[in-house]
Amino acid sequence: MLAAIRPDEVNLPLFLHVLGAMLLVGTLFTVALATVIGWRRPDDDAGLTRFSLRTLLIGVLPSYILMRIGAQWTEAEQNYPAGFDPSWLGVGYVTADVGALLIIVSIVLSVLGLRRLRQGSGARYGRAVGVISILLLAAYLVAVWAMTAKPS
Amino acid sequence: MSLYDTLLLLHVLSAFLVVGALAALWALVLGTRDPAPVLSPESGVRFGRVAGTLVGVGLVGAIAFGIWLALDIDGFELWDPWILASLVLWGLATWAGTQSGKAFATDPVGRRRDGIRLQALNSVAVLVILVLMIWKPGA
Repeated sequence: MLAAIRPDEVNLPLFLHVLGAMLLVGTLFTVALATVIGWRRPDDDAGLTRFSLRTLLIGVLPSYILMRIGAQWTEAEQNYPAGFDPSWLGVGYVTADVGALLIIVSIVLSVLGLRRLRQGSGARYGRAVGVISILLLAAYLVAVWAMTAKPS
Repeated sequence: MSLYDTLLLLHVLSAFLVVGALAALWALVLGTRDPAPVLSPESGVRFGRVAGTLVGVGLVGAIAFGIWLALDIDGFELWDPWILASLVLWGLATWAGTQSGKAFATDPVGRRRDGIRLQALNSVAVLVILVLMIWKPGA
């Protein structure tokens, strides 16, 4: 972030991409942290599960969309030559696309979990979503490494 | 990985930690608002303590690795205007974040409004730093 100087037209899409990625990590971290605290505080498990599932529904998808649109826009503005396909860009695409799939699964589980919570159960859904969030955080850690170190 | 790659990675990861943990704190603000808070006060305090600590760790990492990067890279100096502005904003963000944490820790209900105002100041300062890091005006 500190080092590179790039064409001006890349700055706005890159800013949106980075901001979206940071918010995505933040919302996933919120879900994961609430899940972990819920494991350790069974007396408030329902409240923490509701908090984590609502955060996932409200925060994760908009952040993902901002990150993904910013990524595509940044790539378009960079005007890479035809056939330009470095591995760091591939890592970004794979983590984004597999991440999208897992986010969709998490959204479905969150909707089901919030319904079940109204009937007094649903903690299992919250834990499943929490585990998926931790997996996604690990994948995005690799993506951040790939985007910054840019291994060929 | 070269020293530059390592420093850049640690600098960026620290920035992710700051913004990510700040996002968690804003989720906490929304999750504890009246009249129907989702979280109990005890869970909220526990959650806020972890996220607040991570904001602090991220801020320290971002400035430490950022300064190291500026010293390591030819062409950038600590007194470049955009870097100086970032350092001033980092000081403001750190002060506001610390005061916000104290407000929420001492009286999460009575000083909630103060805590939210200071957290907003902290967040705006961090956002402007991100803008400076991307656009690098004057570089």
